[in-house]
Amino acid sequence: MVYSKRSDGRKFDELREMEAKVGVIKSADGSAMFRMGKTIAIAAVRGPRNLHPRFMQNPEKGILRCNYDLMSFSVTERKRPGPSRRSQEVSLVTEKALLPALNLDEFPNAVVDVFIQITQADAGTRCAGINAASLALADAGIIMSDLVCAVALGILHGDKVIVDINKEEEDYKDGIADTPIAIMPHSGKITLLQMDGEASKEEIKQALEKAKETCKKIRDVQVKALKEKYGGMKNEV
Amino acid sequence: MKFDTSYINSLLNQDHRVDMRKLDEYRKVKVELGVSKTAEGSAKVTLGETVVIAGVKLDVGEPFPDNPDEGSIIVTAELSPIASPDFELGPPDSQSIELARVVDRGIRESEAIDFKKLCIKEGEKAWTVFVDIYSLNDDGNLQDAAFLAAMAALKNTRFPKLKDDKVIYGELTDKKLPLVKEPIECTLVKINGKIIADPNLREEKALSARLTVAVTKEGNICALQKGGDKGLSLEDVDKMIDMAIKGTKELRKLI
Amino acid sequence: MGELKVKDKEIVVPGELLADGMDYLPSTGTYRDENSILSFQVGLINIDGRVIKVIPLTGKYNPKRNDTIIGEVVNITMNGWIVDIGGPYSAMLTLKDASSSFIERGADLSQFYDYGDIIASQIVNVTKTKLIDLSMRGPGLNKLKGGRIIDVTSSKVPRIIGRQGSMIHMIKDSAKCRVIVGQNGKVWISGDNMQDENKAAEAIMMIENEPQAEGLTEKVKNFLESK
Repeated sequence: MVYSKRSDGRKFDELREMEAKVGVIKSADGSAMFRMGKTIAIAAVRGPRNLHPRFMQNPEKGILRCNYDLMSFSVTERKRPGPSRRSQEVSLVTEKALLPALNLDEFPNAVVDVFIQITQADAGTRCAGINAASLALADAGIIMSDLVCAVALGILHGDKVIVDINKEEEDYKDGIADTPIAIMPHSGKITLLQMDGEASKEEIKQALEKAKETCKKIRDVQVKALKEKYGGMKNEV
Repeated sequence: MKFDTSYINSLLNQDHRVDMRKLDEYRKVKVELGVSKTAEGSAKVTLGETVVIAGVKLDVGEPFPDNPDEGSIIVTAELSPIASPDFELGPPDSQSIELARVVDRGIRESEAIDFKKLCIKEGEKAWTVFVDIYSLNDDGNLQDAAFLAAMAALKNTRFPKLKDDKVIYGELTDKKLPLVKEPIECTLVKINGKIIADPNLREEKALSARLTVAVTKEGNICALQKGGDKGLSLEDVDKMIDMAIKGTKELRKLI
Repeated sequence: MGELKVKDKEIVVPGELLADGMDYLPSTGTYRDENSILSFQVGLINIDGRVIKVIPLTGKYNPKRNDTIIGEVVNITMNGWIVDIGGPYSAMLTLKDASSSFIERGADLSQFYDYGDIIASQIVNVTKTKLIDLSMRGPGLNKLKGGRIIDVTSSKVPRIIGRQGSMIHMIKDSAKCRVIVGQNGKVWISGDNMQDENKAAEAIMMIENEPQAEGLTEKVKNFLESK
């Protein structure tokens, strides 16, 4: 069964419209909003800060802790407030997606906390969350070797690979392998890779190629948002 | 903390506040509607730098046996660590439960929603209205921002399509929620003997007592909640209620 | 051959390419990845000959030896006081560094510095695991009474102080206030009345919030003269 036309009219390798804003939560050390199509994520960073309980402290460098959750009304059928098994898993993979970009050597025994909330979900929520978190970390002044860019690809086994799937495509009756991927654009290193469906090795490689290309566009949106907040600032000293 | 409290107290000796406001003055309020399209109704309220978002979801269920011809409302609040370095992850603590319940009482006791109009089939099916409130930034007075957000979200709510008693989410009808009253909440605090409205975060940390007053359009009180570690005199309460009646008149215009 | 990709005073973000080739040297805020030099933070480019630096525009205070800081006493122990200076690490003020006079063991330490007291102090040592030692022995180091404290970004402190203190002196003189600027982003202002303190505070917040540093001195000067 061939998927010939996307429900929202996009080309197969076209991203949804993106929007990003840095510094949306005034009391946080860093924060950002990132929108991909109808999916909206808000991320706040608090830290480096004191870490309790003590046994979690690492005397050699700071640790990263991520917490992702969906707001009850962000999904079609109300989600009961509180963490779910899904949100715990997403929190974990989000942490693993961001950590390779960070350098926390200057903050032994401390923690950098990242909180992500989704206000509106239309597939690709963990990716929007990672994109927002990446901006929030930069906004907080955390040392990062690169930004992290994430997008959810869809692999239609035996047919094609599409970029930035929406909810309709995620629910596609003939089956789409939901493949969220996160990349650090400069090195091209992959920090998030998940897949949920059936695909050949070739198709997965294709997905990785497309993710690498698409990440540049995501990075552009992130850089623009950062420079909008900090732009024009020069130092007399 | 001690230092800031003495600073705030010394300013109040001359009826001054840290942000130059008058004692009964509210910070700038912004209300944005429909901020979450997956909700049946939603609103984001910005009160100074305090930001709260509320979303309404509707579902069909069995009515309670003692009110077989009525729907119901459930209000929850999450004080997420996104909003403040003092909030922690975990199940709702007493502060967030208090916030949700005070919002709930303000709506319920004023009979703001006509619950009978939420009935679909007596004894069998009725609408449940879920109001979920999330704090996004705490710069004081989350209570009032939350109440305003909840009311604005309820006002923004439309029923989804119902087909064979099953809800078709994503397809909204033109029918709005039966909101018949417009209660508004106003929080007053006592600091250094002075009564002030809409405390910001620094003032909240310096307060000795707090009173949240929910007021109907007619000027009657439909909910009260006292907080803080010290007591209030009769005069204090009298003054606070007067200030609340006055303050809510202005806030009501915003929704 | 080396090629510079950015200009002096340009804003850059993490992972941004600053230079290609081996001609330039990466310094603070930058790193080398094979043939390229990239930025580690959101900050301003500073090019000095062949050395490229990124001066961070945001971020928590990183405590350094000899910094003057403003902190709050949060605990009193047998050996001294624990001071909150903002950020993840508490600082310690021990008996021997607390005063120019000798403090006896067993003395009531709260007589010297009590819970909630605000002090202007100096960092004398920072260990690898960020244990911080403070001293109150030195000019201008004192318990701060009265006045108010405003928070600024620690990376803006150099701008608030100005070249050889020129900016902060201008503000102090014009507003007739005492001002102590802590490297940790806390600024203490004390004047004879609220208006004077407001004037100093507003001038400092202007510097904190103003994105452009070009003409900042003029801007602040005009503001101070208008009040």
